[in-house]
Amino acid sequence: MAFVQNFPFFCILLTLICAVVTSVLKGAAARRMTLFVILAVTVMTACVMGYTLATGESYVYLMGHFPAPWGNEIRAGVLETVTMLLFCFVMLFSFVGGLSRSVREIESSKYNIYCILVDLTLLSLLALVYTNDLFTAYVFIEINTIAAAGLVMIRQNGASLVAGVRYLIMNLLGSSLFLIGIVLLYTVTGHLLMANLQESVAALAATGQYRVPLVVTVALMSVGLAMKSALFPFDKWLPGAYSNSTPTGSAVLSSLVSKGYIFLLVKVYVRVIGFDVIVSLGICDVLFVCGAVGMVMGSLSAMRAKTTRMMVAYSSVAQIGYIFMAIGMGTEAGLVCALWHMLAHAATKSMLFIATSTLDEASGGTHLRRDLRGGFYRCPLPALAFTLGAVNLVGVPLCSVFITKVMMAEAAIGVGGRHMIVALVVLAISTVLNASYFLGTAVQLFIPQRGEQAAGTRFGSLTAISLIGFIALNLLLGLAPGGILAALTSGLAQFA
Amino acid sequence: MKRERPDVLIRLREELRAFLGGEQDALEERMTEGQVRPAAREAAAPDIEYRLMMENEALEAKRIAARLHEHNRREVSRAGRIVYCALCVMVCLMMITLLLYTMANLPAFGSADHPINNEVSARYIEKGLQETGAVNIVTGMILDYRAFDTLGESSVLFTAAMVVMLLLRMDADSQAYSPLARYVRRSQHADTFYEPHQDMIMQKTAKVLVPIVLLLGIYVVLNGHLSPGGGFSGGAIMGAALMIYVTAYGFDSIRRFFTYKTYQRIVLVALLTYAFSKCYSFYTGANGIHSVIPLGTPGAILSSGLILVLNICVGFIVTCTMYAFYAVFRKGEL
Repeated sequence: MAFVQNFPFFCILLTLICAVVTSVLKGAAARRMTLFVILAVTVMTACVMGYTLATGESYVYLMGHFPAPWGNEIRAGVLETVTMLLFCFVMLFSFVGGLSRSVREIESSKYNIYCILVDLTLLSLLALVYTNDLFTAYVFIEINTIAAAGLVMIRQNGASLVAGVRYLIMNLLGSSLFLIGIVLLYTVTGHLLMANLQESVAALAATGQYRVPLVVTVALMSVGLAMKSALFPFDKWLPGAYSNSTPTGSAVLSSLVSKGYIFLLVKVYVRVIGFDVIVSLGICDVLFVCGAVGMVMGSLSAMRAKTTRMMVAYSSVAQIGYIFMAIGMGTEAGLVCALWHMLAHAATKSMLFIATSTLDEASGGTHLRRDLRGGFYRCPLPALAFTLGAVNLVGVPLCSVFITKVMMAEAAIGVGGRHMIVALVVLAISTVLNASYFLGTAVQLFIPQRGEQAAGTRFGSLTAISLIGFIALNLLLGLAPGGILAALTSGLAQFA
Repeated sequence: MKRERPDVLIRLREELRAFLGGEQDALEERMTEGQVRPAAREAAAPDIEYRLMMENEALEAKRIAARLHEHNRREVSRAGRIVYCALCVMVCLMMITLLLYTMANLPAFGSADHPINNEVSARYIEKGLQETGAVNIVTGMILDYRAFDTLGESSVLFTAAMVVMLLLRMDADSQAYSPLARYVRRSQHADTFYEPHQDMIMQKTAKVLVPIVLLLGIYVVLNGHLSPGGGFSGGAIMGAALMIYVTAYGFDSIRRFFTYKTYQRIVLVALLTYAFSKCYSFYTGANGIHSVIPLGTPGAILSSGLILVLNICVGFIVTCTMYAFYAVFRKGEL
């Protein structure tokens, strides 16, 4: 076995060990430790990605002395490593970009807990992406949920506590539905390992045995994970949770935590139940409708939002809607589109949150949309990043979300019938709505304020580095999507 | 509901007056005589008075919140509320029906051809003892076959502990908390307002009980690979012992040997031991290297390889977390 194959395991253990050590560190040391972990994980993930791309196939890694159905194992393939690498970059830039704000906003004696929560979020993402076992996935969902709730409440003021409790209730409900799903699936198949589950479920689906538990399982798992990733009817916890955390917290929650669940959902659909079975059970249509409604409703709420943070938060509901509608197409093209949009949205939304918080601060800290006017002249770089993000989410050509929209339209045309009409109409409406609030705000940034012009406001060099990183990442995704799309397609083929 | 609160306050005030003025009936007086020295009573009085004041304020805040709530409720019409409640009940009923119907369609519990009677459980049962060295198959499963899941499970505990510390542990100098909370943290008696201080019955019972409970906990942890039990259950028992101790003797006594620092160090060492030992076993397992850890004679106390060590680690983590939760929920500090 090549040494590089050990790296996913090293990543998981390293994040855990460093999180534990951080619990006795203070301020700057905790910060440096977390930064080191994220960097190390990024480098190692890049190596594994190189390895999987070179060999062109996935491999499983034993976690212990016993082979898979008895012991635990993790699996790394092209899809997992590409996704994880992008998550790592987003994590790195979000953490760096929000550093100065987090130091100010978090009680100094609890700063290390914030670093631990970031570490643990990374740990749970690693495990969720690499896991090959449904129960392992559940264990790390727990870590993810608790750590994310901690991130929501990290500022410990009234609004964030309320948002945190709401977050916790909805997410625990989602977790428990997912757990009931796992229990039912285990009862009818006797397995927890994904490969074995797929075999047994295919046999059950072919014979028609235990059809009711199977349908209920798929429904429970879908609803549970949809709840946790804020699909439309379950999105009420989202705006408060995203807008009351620190900038890093908002970026991590919106870009990574919810995406981890979506990745797991795709994993469950493709690797556990089998996508053909999912399509035959009709779950896809429900996701399709919810996604379509979410795309419109999220944008409508975002238009009404008074603060920029709320606007960016609500637009996540719409973007999650895109992902679920793409999954709901029930075709391979739809799945690739969903995965692509998952990555594109992760890169864009985190940049928007970091840029918005910097702009807000330079504009008097009111967070109101109208106070952003002339923001470009106060701090150009965040304004440029915000504009790029806005243009990106609207779907202007040469941007990553434009590619999503083209792919989605193509997938919808491939499906044909009612799906096609609904998808195209909703895409058009959503684009108009997105343009109305995102471009409106972006244009405001460039209108000079009347009267005295505020000089450029200083913001930390770390924020600048993170914003440049984000801009580069987004430009890369928008301008050179070919390699990543090819990797996603081949990764998905290995997945099944 | 609304009317009851002031009653409680009035009763409290009367009780305080009685307590301060020494207006107790004879039996009560004799009971407290041996326990609370006059000096202690005097020391506690300002605490209690202050607490009463703070409770009054908290009550006022609650009244404001209730008015606000009432105001907000007017926004939603009565019909809207009824529809909401009806929908809630309907969703719950649907969920119950759905799950019951699913249960009826599951394979019969305990039947021989149940899908869970497959090669997975067969190997656990037939070869578990031989491969893990643990007489208790369940321990062998969770700490050896599926050790990664259990490592994750311990991290869940760690995560939860960190978030609880974030929310409830109060910084001594921070002004961010309510005066009541800060007062309870600072003062000696404010968190035992409703209980007798240094209660003799409690202390005598604890003196007998705590060592026994601790010993039982240690036994359950150390025998985790031989008999039912293990780190999680044994740790919970030991945590209970610490809670009994602190309830009887107060925080000053327990701080002589258990502070936040102690908690941090124990959890750090235990989790690191756990993580590094699993690092070794995962690395050797995945790379096909022979592990040098001997399994020992099944049934002996020193057997089953790393399982004993892991059980001890988990036991420490659970003990400390249980006690820390209790302490921060009660006082905001360990």
